[in-house]
Amino acid sequence: MTANALLQIILYFVVLLALAKPLGAWMARVYEGKSLFGLDRILGPVERLTYRLCGVRAGEEMDWKGYAFALLLFSVVSLIVLYLQQRVQQWLPLNPQQLGAVTPDSSFNTAASFTTNTNWQGYGGESTMSYLTQMAGLAVHNFGSAAAGMAVLVAFIRGLARRNAKTIGNFWVDLTRTHLYILLPLALVLALVLVSQGMVQTFSSYKTVPLVEATHDAGGKPVTEQVLAVGPVASQIAIKQLGTNGGGYYNVNSAHPFENPTPLSNFFEVLSILLIPAALCYTFGRMVGDTRQGWAVLAAMTLILLPLLALCYSAEQRGNPALDRLGVDQQSSASQPGGNMEGKEVRYGITNSTLWAATTTAASNGSVNSMHDSYTPLGGLVPLFLMQFSETIFGGVGSGLYGMLIFVIVAVFIAGLMVGRTPEYLGKKIESYEIKMASLVVLIMPLIVLLFTAIAVVVPPGLKGLANPGAHGFSEILYAFTSMGNNNGSAFAGLSANTPFYNVTGGIAMLFSRFWLAIPTLAIAGSLAKKKLVPAGPGTLPTHAPLFVVLLIGTVVLVGALTFFPALALGPIVEHLQMLAGGN
Amino acid sequence: MRELRPAILIFLVLTVLTGLIYPLVVTGIAQAVFPRQANGSLIVKGGLAVGSALIGQPFAGPRYFWGRPSATSPFPYDAANSSGSNLGPTNPDLIQRVKADVGRIRAAHPGKGPIPVDLVTTSASGLDPHISPAAAFYQVERVAAARGLAPAAVCQLVERHVEGRWLGLIGEPRVNVLELNLDLDR
Repeated sequence: MTANALLQIILYFVVLLALAKPLGAWMARVYEGKSLFGLDRILGPVERLTYRLCGVRAGEEMDWKGYAFALLLFSVVSLIVLYLQQRVQQWLPLNPQQLGAVTPDSSFNTAASFTTNTNWQGYGGESTMSYLTQMAGLAVHNFGSAAAGMAVLVAFIRGLARRNAKTIGNFWVDLTRTHLYILLPLALVLALVLVSQGMVQTFSSYKTVPLVEATHDAGGKPVTEQVLAVGPVASQIAIKQLGTNGGGYYNVNSAHPFENPTPLSNFFEVLSILLIPAALCYTFGRMVGDTRQGWAVLAAMTLILLPLLALCYSAEQRGNPALDRLGVDQQSSASQPGGNMEGKEVRYGITNSTLWAATTTAASNGSVNSMHDSYTPLGGLVPLFLMQFSETIFGGVGSGLYGMLIFVIVAVFIAGLMVGRTPEYLGKKIESYEIKMASLVVLIMPLIVLLFTAIAVVVPPGLKGLANPGAHGFSEILYAFTSMGNNNGSAFAGLSANTPFYNVTGGIAMLFSRFWLAIPTLAIAGSLAKKKLVPAGPGTLPTHAPLFVVLLIGTVVLVGALTFFPALALGPIVEHLQMLAGGN
Repeated sequence: MRELRPAILIFLVLTVLTGLIYPLVVTGIAQAVFPRQANGSLIVKGGLAVGSALIGQPFAGPRYFWGRPSATSPFPYDAANSSGSNLGPTNPDLIQRVKADVGRIRAAHPGKGPIPVDLVTTSASGLDPHISPAAAFYQVERVAAARGLAPAAVCQLVERHVEGRWLGLIGEPRVNVLELNLDLDR
């Protein structure tokens, strides 16, 4: 690793961890209804007006079933509206490029994708979606699905923190307060910072400029002009990064210079990927009355991410041996980043491309600033493997931490089995109901991913979209269903996934993996809230100590590795061996 | 179903807040405070936009510095249709393409050593405005010969166009190809 690469990565994690505490404390105040240093005085009237307009009884709390029902209703409504918006965009305003209706299967896939906080994109943004669809459709879901994930997390935390309680909060209140006091202020500031770096934000139509030197198209016709696709980009990108959404404005996401213009904009964007997921760990600690519990979880996440990031970086920096043989210089030096630059931008080089690839798949963000499909086999294995930890290494905003807390329950249970004691976590007894629900959460994702991958590799419509032959083609399909089945949204983008087969199977995978995980999670919350507190005794496993962090890491890695190693062996690992052997 | 009313209405209210008011506020402030950036960082010459400082253009002639190969279709650097090649590292198509580019670049730069990797690999966006300083210096003698200039003068121009890392730390050193070529034409 070059000294500069090491410095950039250290700087990233120092800033990230330094921000976790202040932002985490702020979010705890938001969810506990405490005063917010003046912001609640400014936005309080908006909040109360929202409740009055919508008939929300803010003082009434819900039990877990009511909470889950409200979550589902909200998601169904947003799914239907987004589907219809795409189908009729040609008749709606703010469509200067006169883009037509999106196809039914693509509209379904995209609606499912944005409602579930996945933001898998089968379509090319600048050539498919009108300004109105991007702004008042997709970007709205970037907020809504993120806030819904955070609401479920907060309900889960209340379940852990409360005793002898029937209720776990009011979904509408949590949803609204997340929007007003967390996501909107952060997104507004970030959007303006990004514009200052050159990200576009305009409602005017695409701009045309002359080419300095004419070129010709594939058919040999001369081309003398370049059409610059612009639009209200910054407002959408800010929330897409913060809300672990990842659905970009342009086809190539944050690799597009208008969606990520400078190294500094890249720093803020990649920081935003993990910002809220990391800070929520502190929020969790604060709300259960023991911040060490939050730090322990955050430590486990960071310790899994770092070695995988190092692997990704070193594989990409080593480059492609086939290019060495052709007389290409891939050595890193003061005047070039070197390494495997296929599908990467010069301004990010290897360091910032791999930092992004690892963080975006650790979190269920899924935005990209380089093309993962063109990574070396081991470099591409890292994002794939990070998603296969059920998106619990930071994970989605809210959903990542509740996924991780489910693994905590499993780890506590395993530890309890080892010493023959009834397992407990934060003073709550973990009993068979919780373990049954936790098993559902842990097992459904691999089932969806592997089942759909198996189907896709044997049916013609699944194989038709492949861009690369051999083992790499298998990786493309595995990556697609891993990404959708974990609500990530990034892709080995060579796969032509905008087909009825991938749109429908993927849409189903995304809906299952979001709600099949959220509902058992809320069920556990409801069950835990009812329990009384067991005082800690000498036999209680301290869940904030390094020993437990190691146990938690072991549990997460073991479940992920055992489930997916055979599939990884068929894809990236075979390809790696082929690449080293020099064969194709 | 008494929750259906809040579900629909709150979705509407949030759509207005996050889908209309928020982007309008951002657009308003952006257009007032950062008008150049918010509108595509256009390079204006004599009152006319001649390109964007952030979006690369295709160059293939001997008199210009060449940028990176672009995978956009139907023509390279199509800024309305961003795209990477998405070719995997062992794909024979990738190897064939690089081989062809290596042959072309070798022929145009006789006597030079191994080619900097960014000159023969497509960028993620297909619109990368930059090449590495190594890739720019590699082309100095060819451009100088085609324009009848002293290589040292062209070399100096390239040096002026090298952008360093932010604070010497973040990002990578790079050269904006369009800005360099526009400067050459001046």
